[in-house]
This record gives sequence, structure tokens and C-alpha cells, in this order.
Amino acid sequence: MEIAVLTKGVPDFREGQVSFDEDGHLERGKTPTVMNPNDKFALRAALQTKVRHGGNVTLCSMGPPGYDNILEEGMRDVYADDLVLVSDREFAAADTWATAITLTAALEHMETEPDVVFAGFKTADGETGHTGPQTCWGLDRPILTHVISLDIEPENEVVRAKRLVEGDVDEIETVEAPLPCVVVTDPEFEPTYRRAEHRLELKDLREQTKERAENYEDHLTMWNHEELNLDPDFVGLDGSPTIVSSVDPIPKSPSEREATMVTPDDEEGMEQVLEEMTPFAGGD
Amino acid sequence: MTDREHYEAVVVGAGPGGAAAAARLADHGVETLVLERGADAGAKNVSGGLIYAEQSAPYTVDDLFPDFREEASERPITDYKMDNIAGNRVKTYDLTPLHENDTLWCDAVLRRKMDSWMAERVHEKCRESGGGLLTDVRVNGLLRENGEIVGVTCDELDDIEADVVIAADGVNSELAREAGLMDWDDPEEWFQGVKAVVDVPDGFVQETFGVDEDEGVARLFSGDLFQDARGGGFMYTNQDTLSIGTVFHLDSIVEERAETHELLDALLTHPHLSNWLPEEYDEVEYSAKLVPDSKKVALKEPHRDRLLLVGDAAGQMQAQGPIIKGMNHAVTAGALAADAYVTARGRSGETAGQRYATLLDREGVMDKLRPKSYDWTSGISEHPAMANVMETVAKSPVGRAVLRTGAAESLVERAFNSPRLLSMLPDIKPAYVTVPTLIGEEQGVPVSGESTVETPTLEERIGDLSYNTDIGNPHIEVVDNSWAASGTAVTACPVSAEDFGGGCYRSETVGTNGSEERVVSLDTQPCVECGTCAVVADTEWEHPRGGKGVEYEQG
Ligand SMILES: Cc1cc2nc3c(=O)[nH]c(=O)nc-3n(C[C@H](O)[C@H](O)[C@H](O)COP(=O)(O)OP(=O)(O)OC[C@H]3O[C@@H](n4cnc5c(N)ncnc54)[C@H](O)[C@@H]3O)c2cc1C
Ligand code: SF4
Repeated sequence: MEIAVLTKGVPDFREGQVSFDEDGHLERGKTPTVMNPNDKFALRAALQTKVRHGGNVTLCSMGPPGYDNILEEGMRDVYADDLVLVSDREFAAADTWATAITLTAALEHMETEPDVVFAGFKTADGETGHTGPQTCWGLDRPILTHVISLDIEPENEVVRAKRLVEGDVDEIETVEAPLPCVVVTDPEFEPTYRRAEHRLELKDLREQTKERAENYEDHLTMWNHEELNLDPDFVGLDGSPTIVSSVDPIPKSPSEREATMVTPDDEEGMEQVLEEMTPFAGGD
Repeated sequence: MTDREHYEAVVVGAGPGGAAAAARLADHGVETLVLERGADAGAKNVSGGLIYAEQSAPYTVDDLFPDFREEASERPITDYKMDNIAGNRVKTYDLTPLHENDTLWCDAVLRRKMDSWMAERVHEKCRESGGGLLTDVRVNGLLRENGEIVGVTCDELDDIEADVVIAADGVNSELAREAGLMDWDDPEEWFQGVKAVVDVPDGFVQETFGVDEDEGVARLFSGDLFQDARGGGFMYTNQDTLSIGTVFHLDSIVEERAETHELLDALLTHPHLSNWLPEEYDEVEYSAKLVPDSKKVALKEPHRDRLLLVGDAAGQMQAQGPIIKGMNHAVTAGALAADAYVTARGRSGETAGQRYATLLDREGVMDKLRPKSYDWTSGISEHPAMANVMETVAKSPVGRAVLRTGAAESLVERAFNSPRLLSMLPDIKPAYVTVPTLIGEEQGVPVSGESTVETPTLEERIGDLSYNTDIGNPHIEVVDNSWAASGTAVTACPVSAEDFGGGCYRSETVGTNGSEERVVSLDTQPCVECGTCAVVADTEWEHPRGGKGVEYEQG
């Protein structure tokens, strides 16, 4: 089974990592780039597929050459056989549409076209959730979204999945699709391994993962627009129909509350504090 | 199902018994799958623990794991003493001769380190023959076909078939029980062990005990410090920690309604112990587990169909007087079970199980586990009347006078050091309490000083343990919550107490029809899976699912 996983680098929005300027604009230069957190679930689904059915996992991303650390991170987290970085100045500033066109070309360029393409649900920066479905359209394949568990029957060329359908009441829907297809995992995705042989295989792969990540460059391939046979007019900024009209800065939380400083040595001050707090001590 | 998984051998449990069985099977080239419920091998296990390599044993742990002593153990034990305590008087006997009898070497171990180290070797070996070791998997039953055992069922995996199933799942073996080979009914058949691992500064062991890096000390304690509970205490030196614990006959814990953590505290805070404890008492782990008494439960035929029982699961845990030998026998039995399977496979006539029982007998293991001398004498020596006679004689002026003589000292020391006499040692109070106390009284010298040890409360002890709680899925259920049926668990459970509301078992009073009734309630969250309430209370008792429950760092 040939398996591909699409991933993307996003600013590390975790507390202590992310940096905003005074106007609330993200400072990209000061904020480290990491693998889109939701893509981990796609990688887990890909690994489950590899473990259960054998085959190759290719982790693929589009971005500047420095993005190889995103691929490395993915490889450290979950096993990957090959890494593909689609990188070219011509691809810069692409919107989700141009990205999807580029990724479609990359997937079609792979030695064996993947039977299943996995993508994570929404990126942490854009939050559009478009790239997966658009790539799917590009590949002309069925798509399964919000997938929380997955069973593939390669001999029958079908994929059976449980989808989480959020609404007033969350529902779990079981769906079936033919192979090849695109699967977008939900953050609730849970891999399951009910056979000992699969867990043993997983253990082996986990061992190998460490080694492979150490030498991730040996497994890395880079493709530019020429190798993918892409016309620069249809990719990157030029190929992006999306126009961002304006970006609203994140409003800062108001700090209106007044504070009076009291040092613990100041007896009078402390008494006053206690007095003021007393009414609340009963939990009122 | 057609594509059911099949392995030539499935080994349940990665303690010393399972590790030995799997290593030996893999050495024979048998495709072996090992299933361990802990998140890591050793995460569920507790021993004192001194592991012995016996001269007479067909397999020792370093036969199967050559670097064991360098990599997995703590310290060789080179000095072995027993302290008989009466109040603050102590008489010490040197038991090193007993300790060295039939011993190639003996090391102190901590189970998390030991078991996880062995598990790595086992996994590598088994992988080569097509199997391997998996953690986080709990076997929950026996797979049967037409009534015959053909494999195992698990919480986390689909059914697995095997040509041989080696259950090395320890005391409270669910498989032994399901196969009808063991029951958990009689407290007399078990001991309960409780232990604290105490941190000491670097170099402390060498200085305090006067030993080198590659030497260590074991001390045993008996006498009146444990009220009337039958059993004793131990202290073993690890690399930079001490293992201090108690082992009591479970029936005696039940009869005395003893709070087991208080018995441990009585030892820890005895002034005699302050000789070896640092100023600041720093307990890193509190743990507990049941221990089978091989004299009563070691199975002569530990097998059924394709199932072979090994180690504690088969009751193969020998209390040779004060010396506790469980790990070594589990190793030997595991290796013999593997050999038995390999010899018997593909042959008609003798089954692997029968072969295994024969090997246990022929290699002298059964004789150690169930000494014939004990079987002959216990009928008389454990008769209640006998206990009375011994108690009276020992306490009489005559008994005391005898103990005061100089000749008595060497006689007692010789008696303590006689493996044969110890194997006959009756399980009655005079042997555990009266005589050691009298020795302490008549021969002992007072210890000076007071203990500064402040032991943690149960709440603190529980708070320091790691749990991966299986919320909403308790592994123990109380069937009869009346005080008469299950009340004993409130005191006997090592993480519960009468006056403590944060433990597993709690005593409650409920009003029904105008009268008040005392009942127990259970919260399994703080459970350390020791197995005690499986025996002393009316419960439906299972182990938690794979990877859930308590996780020991030391063991
Ligand atoms: C306080 C104390 C002091 C002791 N002191 C000593 C001593 O000094 N020397 C000595 O030799 N012995 C001592 N023992 C006894 C010794 O610990 C045991 O005899 C020994 O551990 C038995 O080994 P085993 O392999 O049979 O079982 P265990 O070591 O108990 O191993 C059983 C394994 O099976 C796993 N398991 C159980 N059920 C399942 C399941 N359903 N599915 C999957 N896995 C499962 C468990 O997690 C565990 O890893 C002591 C015991 C105690 C409690
Ligand atoms: S609840 Fe039962 S098994 Fe758990 S610690 Fe208490 S006595 Fe032991």
C-alpha cells in the first residue's frame, strides 16, 4: 500500500513560543515554525495503515527549504519512510488553492501514486480546512473527512471509516469509499491495533523511527516547479485567487482593574485587605 | 474466525518467571509472544527483594541473562543477620551460614529496574524467533475450544491461539483461577508483604553498614514489635536506597485485625532501626503484594491442557524460615516449563504439562517448595494444642532459664541456620513471636537512642504513587458489602485504614429499617493491586486493563 501524508509548517502557537508585536501582529521571525499539530493524527492514521497492511509512508510538505525541520519533526513523532519537500521561490505566498494545485502535482509525480492520502484537519494558522478537500478535487478522488477510526480492506479496495459529525448532538457516522481516496483525520482519531503482530511491528517501527529521524536527510527529496512540470503562473502568489483584504489585530485583553499594592509588613494595610476579603471568605 | 492469530508459545507476565520461560523458549527457537499488563515490565511488581542463585538449581537467572548481576541488580548480599526484639532489647544472630547454604550468589534487586531490563533482552530474543514482548496488554481469560484450553483472550487484543500457554502472571493469577487450579479463599495460604523504599545519600550504605561497593547487608527483625502478628521485618541494602518491609501470614493479619501500614511503621520507627537510617527519613515508594506460601499451595501438577503455570501463579514461593525465595524458583520453573514444552512437542504420550511436573520433581524444586519434613510434621506442630504447649514451655521459667544459658545461644544460632529445621518451622505464634521475643528479653541488650523517623501518612504514601486510573471501570467489585463478609479489608488492605477516608475500603454505617448496619464501600482509585481483598473480602477481583492502575518506579 502506498501512503502519503500532507503536512504543513505553522507558527508554534504554544504559550512561551509565540510572539506578537505591539499591534497584535504575529512576529513570524521570532516565532518558531512547527508541524501543524492536527497533522499528527494524519500521520498516526498513515502509520496504522502501514502497520496493518504494509507499504510505504511518504510525508510531503510544501514550503521554503528550511521546512525540512517540519518533516524531521514529523519523522521523529511517527514513522515515515520518505520525506518530500516541494520547494521553489515560485510557490511562495500561495493560498490554499495554489497549494492544492502544487500538492496534487507532487502526489501525481510520486513513483507510485499513493492509494491513500492523509491530511490533518485544519491548519493552526489559516484554519480554513480547504487544502485537503481541494487537493482531493485535484486528484479527482473521493474524500472522507472528520475520520476518527479507519479500516481498510486492500483486497476489496475499500475504506471503511467512522466520522465524527459535530452538531447539537455529536454523531458518529460509518462510511465506505473505494480506494484510492483522501482521508482527513479528526483530532479525535485513535489508531487501534488489535493484533499482537501489529503491535510488534509498531514497536519495531518506533525503534527505527529514532534512527531514521537522526539521518532524516538521507530520506529527503526536494522538488521544484520544473520537476513537477508546473507553470509558475498557476502556482504561488500568481496562482492564488484569494485576496486578503485586511487582517484584524487580536485585541489585547483590557487591564482595567485597579490594584493597590500592600506589603505584608504593613500591618494597617494588611488589616484593610483582610477586612475587605472577609465578606468573601464564606464563599459568597 | 479464520484469521485468528497463532503463536507457538504465549507467555503471560514478564516477571522473573515469564522472562525466564520466554528467554528459554526463544533460545530453543520457539516463536514466543510475551504479554505483560504493566505499562513497562516491573511497573506492577514488588519483592523484598533478594534474588538467590542456588547451587542445586538447574537454572539461575544469570544462566539465562548473562549480564544480569552487572546490569539489573543492586548489590550482592554478603552479610545476613537476624535481630530478635523485645521492647528495646535486641539480640542479634548471624544467619550468614544459612544465607550461604546452597547459594552461588545473592543480590538485592529493585523490580522495576530488574524486570524492565530483562524484558528488553526477552523482546530481542523473541523477536528473532518471530514473536516478541508487548506491554499494556492484559490477558483476561483462557481461550477454549470444545472445553479445551487453546490460547488466551485479552482486553486489548483479539483472541490468540497457542500450542502452549505459560501463565507466569504472579500471585492472584487469573489464569490459574480460571483453569480451576487455584482459588483465593483461604488467608492461611498467603503472606502479605508491605515495603518502603528509602532514599539514602551517596556512599551512605558503605559508611553505615561498613561494606564495600560490591557488598551488602540483609537484616531481619522479629519479636514483639509487631504485636501478635505472625511474620517479621526485613531491611536490604540497594545501591543507594534501602528496602525495608514486612511479611506476615495473611490469616494472622486477619485475626489480629492489624493495620498493615502500622506494622511497617512499627518497624521503621523502632529505635533499633535508627542505627541505619539517615537523619532525614525520605521514603520514595510504598508498595505491597500478596505472596503465596508454597508449603500450602505449590501445585504438584501445575498444568491443564496446553496451560502451564510458573512462579507465584503455581504457588512456587518458598519461605525458608526467614528467607524468602520466590524469584529464583520462578526463574527455574519458567526455564523448566520451556524445556518441557520443547521436549514434549510433536511427541505422543507425555504432554508438556506432565513433562514439566516431572522436571520440577526430578530437579528437586518440588522438594524445596513442599518439604516432606513439613508435610509430615505440620499436622502435629500446627495443631492448636501444640501451639499452646510450645507457648507455655517457652514462656515458663524452664524455657527462660534454658535461653539464658550460654549453650542456648549457640544452639539457637545453629537452629536458625539449619535449612532442615527451618523447613519444618510451624506456622504458629510461638515460632514467630514468642520465641524471638523471649530471646530478645533473655539474651538481648538494650538499644540506645530514640527514633527520629517520621513516616508518611497513608494519604501521603498514596499521593506519592503514580496511577493511570481507568475512570469508570473499577477492577474490583464488592459482592457482599456487609461488615461480616468484607470488613476485614478495611484494615488488611495496605492502602486503607479504619480512621482513613481516602483509602480503598471504607467503613460506613447505614440505617436500614430503623436499625444501623455497618458496611464497607470501595474506591479502587488508590488500589496498589496487592491482591489481599481478593482473599479476605467477598469480591469479584480482576487486574486493571493493560497499562491502567498503579505504576511502581522502584518495586
Ligand atoms: C514484600 C515482598 C518481599 C519479597 N521478597 C522476596 C525476596 O526477598 N526474594 C524472593 O525471591 N522473592 C521475594 N518475594 C516474592 C517474589 O516477589 C515473587 O515470588 C516473584 O516475583 C514471583 O515471580 P513471578 O514471575 O511468578 O510473578 P511476578 O513477579 O508477580 O510477575 C507476574 C507478572 O505478570 C503480569 N501479569 C499479571 N496478570 C497478568 C495478566 N492478566 N495479563 C498480563 N500480564 C499479567 C504482572 O504485571 C507481572 O509483571 C517477595 C514478595 C513480596 C511481596
Ligand atoms: S483494594 Fe484490594 S487489591 Fe487493592 S490495595 Fe486494597 S487490598 Fe490490595
